[in-house]
Amino acid sequence: MSIRINQEACVGCLKCIKVCPGSLIKEKDKKAYIKYPKDCWGCVSCVKECKFDAIDFYLGADIGGNASTMNVTYEGDILHWKIKKSDGTVKTIDVFSKDSNKY
Amino acid sequence: MSKKLEHIVITTDVLIIGGGTAGCFAALTLSKNSNLNVVVAEKANVKRSGCLAAGVNAINAYIIEGRKPEDYVDYATKDAAGIVRHDLLLTAARKFNATTKVMEQLGLVILKDENGKYVARGNRNIKINGENFKPILTKAVEEAKRVTILNNLNITDLLVENNEAMGAIGFHISHEKVYEIRAQKVLVATGGAAGLYKPNNPGFSRHKMWYPPFNTGAGYAMGILAGAEMTSFEMRFIALRCKDTIAPTGTIAQGVGAKQVNSRGDVYEEKYGITTSERVYGTVKENQLGNGPCYLQTSKIEKEKDEELLKAYLNMAPSQTLKWIESGKNPSEQDVEIAGTEPYIVGGHTASGYWVNTKRETTIKGLYAAGDVAGGCPQKYVTGALAEGEIAALDIIDKFDATKSIQTNSSFVSKKMKEYEDILYNQSDFFTVEELEEAMQKVMDEYAGGISTHYQFNEKQLKLADEKIDQIRQMTKHVRANDMHELMFVYELKERLTVCKSVIAHLLHRKETRWHSFNENLDYPNTDEGYFKYINSILVNDELKIIVRDIIKEADYEHTN
Ligand SMILES: Cc1cc2nc3c(=O)[nH]c(=O)nc-3n(C[C@H](O)[C@H](O)[C@H](O)COP(=O)(O)OP(=O)(O)OC[C@H]3O[C@@H](n4cnc5c(N)ncnc54)[C@H](O)[C@@H]3O)c2cc1C
Ligand code: SF4
Ligand code: SF4
Repeated sequence: MSIRINQEACVGCLKCIKVCPGSLIKEKDKKAYIKYPKDCWGCVSCVKECKFDAIDFYLGADIGGNASTMNVTYEGDILHWKIKKSDGTVKTIDVFSKDSNKY
Repeated sequence: MSKKLEHIVITTDVLIIGGGTAGCFAALTLSKNSNLNVVVAEKANVKRSGCLAAGVNAINAYIIEGRKPEDYVDYATKDAAGIVRHDLLLTAARKFNATTKVMEQLGLVILKDENGKYVARGNRNIKINGENFKPILTKAVEEAKRVTILNNLNITDLLVENNEAMGAIGFHISHEKVYEIRAQKVLVATGGAAGLYKPNNPGFSRHKMWYPPFNTGAGYAMGILAGAEMTSFEMRFIALRCKDTIAPTGTIAQGVGAKQVNSRGDVYEEKYGITTSERVYGTVKENQLGNGPCYLQTSKIEKEKDEELLKAYLNMAPSQTLKWIESGKNPSEQDVEIAGTEPYIVGGHTASGYWVNTKRETTIKGLYAAGDVAGGCPQKYVTGALAEGEIAALDIIDKFDATKSIQTNSSFVSKKMKEYEDILYNQSDFFTVEELEEAMQKVMDEYAGGISTHYQFNEKQLKLADEKIDQIRQMTKHVRANDMHELMFVYELKERLTVCKSVIAHLLHRKETRWHSFNENLDYPNTDEGYFKYINSILVNDELKIIVRDIIKEADYEHTN
């Protein structure tokens, strides 16, 4: 369980660094990087914070991950979740944040 | 060579340690109802710190239409086989709905029916979109008057003089600065303790646990070391969760009514009972009988429910949604395998924590506890943490004495500063924090009832655990921190070891099995009514002294000794 930060896409806004509940992300050369990947809780707070699509979240192989990644972008009150599967297919799920869970 | 740290002194009226659910709500309450100056010290950043980081799926503790707070008290009492504080449960339950209302006013989305009424999930829950619960709450705190938030400030110790709280001390996790915060009233709201036992996924995904791995039991440890009385550390909490992702199961169990089945398809939950601990125990037993793996039978739900389930999990545990999608099968196309987690100490689910009076003041004067760090009030969950934050804050306002001055002990402060400095650039770095943490988790797992021993233990094993934890505590002399963040890692390890000692002492003293799995003592496999008591403890001259107390029936409890 961890995240990957795409160094090309990162603009160094440092928002992810601030929000991580474990303070696991640090700055190097004006870019964010995950300093303690094994300490990631998988809460996805950093992914939600990044407006530049630079952070991907994935499941470690030890918990059944098979190289798919997930991220999320906002459009007003809508969260677009995007899952890139390892076979190249993409699934998107839109969640309206003003809607409650049904279950 | 040692490093010199800068010493910063801050004086305020009220110090809140931990800007999580309870801490934030207490800060809001203080701001709304008084002119007191408040400092919130948070080790991470309040925006998403603590239990609420990823979101929550429901309000688990709510008094739905037709029910009374007393019904909730009855339920929680039965679930904990009587070892609860009625006064605490009732005062929290009376505030579940009002605190929910405040959160709704701040922007929390709650599901309503066509008549505008909240939709209940089972007998005690309501459905929400809890994804942004924490950002909503913290935005209000950030805007609150007279509240200063200090992020990235890791508190390690309370400042206590003659059994009265005077503040706390800690350090910044990236700058070389020590903060001594002096305050007349202090509220501990640091949550519970994860990472004591070897976790479900001990390798790369070691932190994919249910309880936040960053809640390391700091609040318990600082209270224990300062001589506060603690209760019920033997009532460990073991969660039944989706295997691997360790995601909550309520949404599929209560939400869509999936049954707990074994690999033969037999519904086994009724066989072992339906209390929280019995559900875990049943799953362990079925596995031992060769009937595993166990599942929540989502394959029986209608296909139409899939999309909403995927969304519900995105709002609280996105890894589970990712897992479903990665596997190429929706919830209705495969059952969800379930597993018990490693044991946690968490007062929001079971009853472990500070021994408090009805107003949530601890046995140290002027020191309050709220949320998962406070004991005696199990199943309080998120609304209970809000409620306790409010109860403590209102009593602080009531008792605050503007004429009183604060006296901190400068020798304690300099001793602490030296301790920090000695760990930074310690000459001896024989072990790393990681190595000692692994050693501790292995001991707890094997000798104090972890996953590998099916949560069971006997006295001999517990005594060995105690010896081995002592040895690991000694070894903490040999770790070095190369920066302030690593200094936090060292204290997290020390905190966990302190909590382990208390857990073992409590497990040793409850010579019965009152709750399967949570406290499964193989030397005493039955419930003994002689133990219909609270097991409490207090550290005296470095030794844990056990205090056995009678079950409290009064509506209002005050500390007497
Ligand atoms: C994954 C998960 C899902 C849950 N789902 C639900 C649900 O659906 N419904 C429900 O009702 N309840 C749910 N709960 C329970 C509920 O969220 C908690 O009981 C409640 O939020 C606890 O609040 P707290 O303030 O005690 O702890 P937290 O909110 O965790 O706050 C503790 C704070 O203290 C900080 N801290 C810790 N140590 C230090 C230190 N040394 N110095 C400074 N700061 C420190 C932490 O960073 C954190 O911000 C869930 C809990 C978890 C873990
Ligand atoms: S939030 Fe995104 S862009 Fe900003 S620092 Fe983090 S990774 Fe880089
Ligand atoms: S997923 Fe959560 S714990 Fe992991 S790096 Fe991002 S913010 Fe930190």
